[in-house]
Order: sequence, then structure tokens, then C-alpha cells
Amino acid sequence: MGDPVIRIDKIGKQYHIGAKKERYKTLRDTIADAFAAPFRRAGKLLRGHATGAAGLDEVIWALKDVSFEVEQGEVVGIIGRNGAGKSTILKILSRITEPTSGVGEIRGRIGSLLEVGTGFHPELTGRENIYLNGAILGMKKKEIDDKFDEMVDFSEVDKFIDTPVKHYSSGMYLRLAFSVAAHMEPEILIVDEVLAVGDANFQKKCLNKMQDVSKLGRTVLFVSHNMPAVTRLCSRVILLNEGSLIQDGPSHEVVRSYLNNGQGAMSVREWPNAVSAPGGDIARLRAVRVKTEEGRIAESFDIRYPVLVEMEYDVLREGYVLMPNFNFYNEDGIYVFKALDQDMEWRKRKRPKGRYVSATRIPGNFLAEGMLFVTAALTSINPTVNQYHERDAVAFQIIDSTEGDSVRGDFVGRMPGVVRPYLRWTTAFSPNGHN
Amino acid sequence: MGIHEGVGKSGQGAGTGFVPPLQGPVIHIKPSKGWVSLRLGELWEYRELLYFLMWRDIKVRYKQTVLGIAWAVMQPFFTMIVFSLFFGRLARIPSDGIPYPIFSFAALVPWTFFTNSLNQASNSLVTSANLVKKIYFPRLALPLASTLAGGVDFFLAFLMLIGMMLFYGIAPSADIVWIPFLLLLALMTSLGVSFWLSAMNVQFRDVRHTIPFLTQFWLFLTPIAYPSSLLPEPWRTLYGINPMAGVVEGFRWALLGTKTAPGPIILVSALAACLLMVSGALYFRRMEKTFADVV
Repeated sequence: MGDPVIRIDKIGKQYHIGAKKERYKTLRDTIADAFAAPFRRAGKLLRGHATGAAGLDEVIWALKDVSFEVEQGEVVGIIGRNGAGKSTILKILSRITEPTSGVGEIRGRIGSLLEVGTGFHPELTGRENIYLNGAILGMKKKEIDDKFDEMVDFSEVDKFIDTPVKHYSSGMYLRLAFSVAAHMEPEILIVDEVLAVGDANFQKKCLNKMQDVSKLGRTVLFVSHNMPAVTRLCSRVILLNEGSLIQDGPSHEVVRSYLNNGQGAMSVREWPNAVSAPGGDIARLRAVRVKTEEGRIAESFDIRYPVLVEMEYDVLREGYVLMPNFNFYNEDGIYVFKALDQDMEWRKRKRPKGRYVSATRIPGNFLAEGMLFVTAALTSINPTVNQYHERDAVAFQIIDSTEGDSVRGDFVGRMPGVVRPYLRWTTAFSPNGHN
Repeated sequence: MGIHEGVGKSGQGAGTGFVPPLQGPVIHIKPSKGWVSLRLGELWEYRELLYFLMWRDIKVRYKQTVLGIAWAVMQPFFTMIVFSLFFGRLARIPSDGIPYPIFSFAALVPWTFFTNSLNQASNSLVTSANLVKKIYFPRLALPLASTLAGGVDFFLAFLMLIGMMLFYGIAPSADIVWIPFLLLLALMTSLGVSFWLSAMNVQFRDVRHTIPFLTQFWLFLTPIAYPSSLLPEPWRTLYGINPMAGVVEGFRWALLGTKTAPGPIILVSALAACLLMVSGALYFRRMEKTFADVV
């Protein structure tokens, strides 16, 4: 104890990206440049400059002056929008890539669940892949020998352990791969849920593994878009934005401010700046709000009453059929349902330019209690393209009623399930056993 | 919940007897500047990974082929037949008083090892891009493993060479003990070129298209179809700047007892091979930091 297991100080990472193309004036210039460019690049290459194949020097800072420390046994979430630098920081910590500036210190072996199945070779058998993958993940042969049986049990592919994995079903493949990753015992575990492929079941396994690891007093870094899971699993959260560390503190606080974006309540989000609002040339999202039926903005709702969710957006280019839709996720990250605009008229009609407000009404006595996280999207069809897709745009809470007229009735225990619809029941009764 | 329990169990097992092997004192993260050290100690720490990568390359190389491991000898054998017909029979190229087939085969065995290794190793970083992007390990392990995996093919072809010598009634002299040293020279040359090319290949896929051309060119620059005795001294010694020239002539001398003096030419070749390998490794290490971002 005492010393932090991870300490990074003013870490920065610069990437070279293909810059805007120079405008060639004449064909002769173009040809001359085409001949000269390989030599220029070869010269650069020999001097050890790392420019992309494009050879141009446009740079972006994926991370800027990020500093933090993590103590032994902490479970730290790292959140932020796409491109905020979350994955870059993990790559630097696991030494896959070097920082451009700054220094860091890590005590102990790092293992990560983003490596599931990395290095698996389809032509090799399950047994061979366990050894190969284990070695790639940094295990010693002896360690793999010791855990081999456990891994095979865990993966449930024991019958096929000597079959080349190319004959496995994708489920078997993933189970085997996960089982190897789950049996390495790093001091520091990195989970990048953003990159983790796989179904809900697989993600659940990752989360379970994380919980187990943290219970053993090991350190976990968890990168996720799944705010409910972050608040549930992590005690502390680091918020990144455009490569900088914005906030570092207790999860609830940081997640809340991430969702709020520093303005108003969690159930309203507005983008006053028409240029930086989510979206592109065709449409941009300007606001998302959660309201009561009376039109009052609220953060928590009685389970018996309806919830109105609306998005306000600008259509900037005409000629597209656009479908507003909301995705609802619960605290466990389960995708509860999708609400797609069913409006008969707009479903077929190309939208003219202008400001729109599309709202949907979730009936009362339908959702289960708990937090709901809303993704707001606008999808154009033929081809299907999301004009914007804003994750965790807003969030709200459903609170159960104890007045006896909700689905719960007079039941007071925990009610599982992601929805709680109010269904009609009928009861037939005959005192002597037949009708 | 069975899954859950499984993980928990393994975790507890770890608490008791498990000592993390890679737990060095502290891992430092900082940008590297200028020319960096080779960090061979680290490569040694990852020797098991190197072993498994090599083993994978060997296992996978001839999977799903009809001829399987026979490919290892087919390539030099048929080249030898073609060479014997065209260069030996038709062009009547001298062969230092040795039957032309065995003269060329003795050269083709180390040469095939060299070119195959070069081909595999130069593409090794790109074919394993997935690994490079997701996991840390000394990247030198990739071209190294691909090159060493070629050793199995060499061994088989070498056995065939011995068989051919018996067929022609040529008994190997005591100089055969030099073969491991000569093989090492071929290995170093192959590694040197592969380090350069694989590192460049990460950024410039042009390299991949250059390799067939390069190896063909190099084939004719190496005394495989002809003897180096065609050149007068001091040019012959200078010829050793092509390290493969020394290797090939060395093989002929050690196995077939040709008179083309092994001394000076091999010394020059050994020097060239060392230079190639060290410079290649240094360049590779310098470029290494960009691999994960660029590949």
C-alpha cells in the first residue's frame, strides 16, 4: 500500500492524421509531386519520423496533460464521449503505444479483457490456442499447465478441445477465448467495454469477472459507455473530454455532471451552439427533454403516470425521410426497448428544412422502477444512416408507488424485470372443482 | 451463475500459490527519444512467447496443404532441377568440378531458408497487426519467431542434401562442423533484412511488393547458379559484402570441399551480416513505438 499502483503525470499523446489535401495547380505539378513524394517520404522514414503513409504533418492531441493516481484495489471508471481519449489512455497504460509526453509508473502486471481471443489461430486446436493465447497474454507455460483443466471446464468445450477452432461455433470460440483471459491473474485489470465485441451475455461475463477481481483487492480500470454499469461498479470515475481530464471524483457526481454537461437537470439537455450540436450537414440535435404529461420537466416519475420524451432538432437539408427514435437502457445496461416514430405521414414524406420537435409518450404502469438512460437518434432510410446518435442524452428515474394501485399491488418485496406492465387478470372460480 | 462461481474459484486459487511472473519492480512509461537500446533482456523475459509464436508458425505453415511438410524440400529440389537443366546442361556454367545438381543444391538449401524467412518475417508485423495493436510485448519477437520457424524446413532440406551427397558418392569432410556457424550467418542476414523490411512494411506496404523482386535480384547476385571462382581476387573477397555469397560458398566448401577459399570471403560476409543485423535491430527498435498507431 502507500504507493499508488498507477501514477501518470501530464501524459500526452499526439497522432498524425492525414491532412487536407494540397490543391494541385497543374497536371505537371501533380506528376512532379507524385515522383518526388516517395523520395521525400523515404527520407523521412530513414530519419525515423513517424508520419502516416499520407506523409503529411497534421497532428491532433488525443490526450493532453492527463494526470491521475490509482491506489491498490480501487475500481475506477473512465468515461467520456467518443474520441475523448479513453481507449488511448488504456493503450498507454498497457504499453501498447508510447505517450508523446509525460511520464507514468505502474506497479504490477496489467491484464486486459479487450484482448479476448487476440492471437487465436483458426487452424490450431482449442488446446493449442489456449497455450498460444495464454503466452500472448503474458502467462508462463507452467501457469497455463496449472490452470488448463479449469479453463477447459469453464469454457465448456472439453469435447472439442482437440478440434481446430475454425470448426467452433462463434459462441464456443468466444467462451474459450474468454476463459483464457479470465484465468490470467493480473494485479491491474483493464476492461474496455467500448471495444469488447460480443453479446449481452458476454458483456455480463466481463462485468462479473470485474467484480470478482475487485473483490480480491485488485485494481480495475473500466472504460465504458454504459453509465448505469459504471455507477454500479466503480467507486470513482474519471471524465475525459477531447483528451483532457475534466473531472475525477465519486462516480455518482461525475456521471451526473457528464450527463448534465454542466447545465440544468439530468432530464434536459440542450445544444445551443448550432455548429457543435450532434449531427452533420443533414440534421442536428438541439435538445432532448423528459417531461410529465402536463409538460413539466421532471427527473423522477411515479410508476403509474406516463413519461414524455421529446427531441428537438433542425433539418438542414431537405429530401430525406427521417425517423426519430429513442433507445432506453436501464441501470444494468440492458437495452429495454426502442421507440421508433410511427407517424404515418412523416414515415413516407421527405422532410423540408426547419425545426422539429418529435415526442413519444411512454404509458404509465409500463416501465419497472429504476434509472433509465435515453439515447436519442435520428435515422434516415435507404440507406439507413444515423444522422445523429447521442448516447445517454438524458436520464430519468421511475419511482414505485406504494399506494396499492400500481402493478405491485400490496406486494412489498423486490420485483425483478425490466418492464412492469399493468396486465389484466381474470380469475375463474368454482367451489366444487369443475365448471 | 455457474460462470460467476468459476471465476471466483480461480481467483482464490491465485491468492494462494500464484506468483505473477512479470511483476518487475516498476514499469515506467515515458516517451523514448532518439536512438534507443535494444532491450535484449526484455526479449529474454518473453522467451516463452517467442517459443509459442515460433511453434505456431511451424504448425500453421503447412496446414490444409496436400503435400504438407514435403513443401519444405520441393522448393529447393525443383529449383535445382531447373538450374541443372538450363545453367548446367544448356549454358554449361562451370561448377568447380562438382556435379552441377549437387553444386547448385548445396547453395539452394541455405538460400531457400534465407528467402522463405525473409518473406515470412518481413510480413510478420502486418499479418499479426491484431496482436501489435492490442498487446504489449517486444515486437522483435515477431520477425524473430518467423525466421526461426524456417529452421525446420532447413533441417529437412539439409537431410535431403546429405542424401544427395551419398547418392553422388561425396563424403562430407570434417569441415562439416562449420555448418552451424554458416547457418548462423544466414540467420543473421535474414534477420537483418527482415528487421529493416518488417519495420518499413508497417508504414509502407510497398515493401510487400518489393520483396519478390528483391529476392530474385539477390538470387542472381549470389553465387548459386554459378561459382564465385568466376571472379578473380580481390573481387571475389569483396563479393563477400553480400553476406549470402559467403554463406553459399561456405556451404559448398564445408560439404563438398570446393577450393574457393572460405577464409577472406566468409570474414567479409560475417562482418556484413553483423552490420546488417545490428543496424536492422536498431532501426526496428526506433520505429517500434509507432507500430501500434500505424499498422
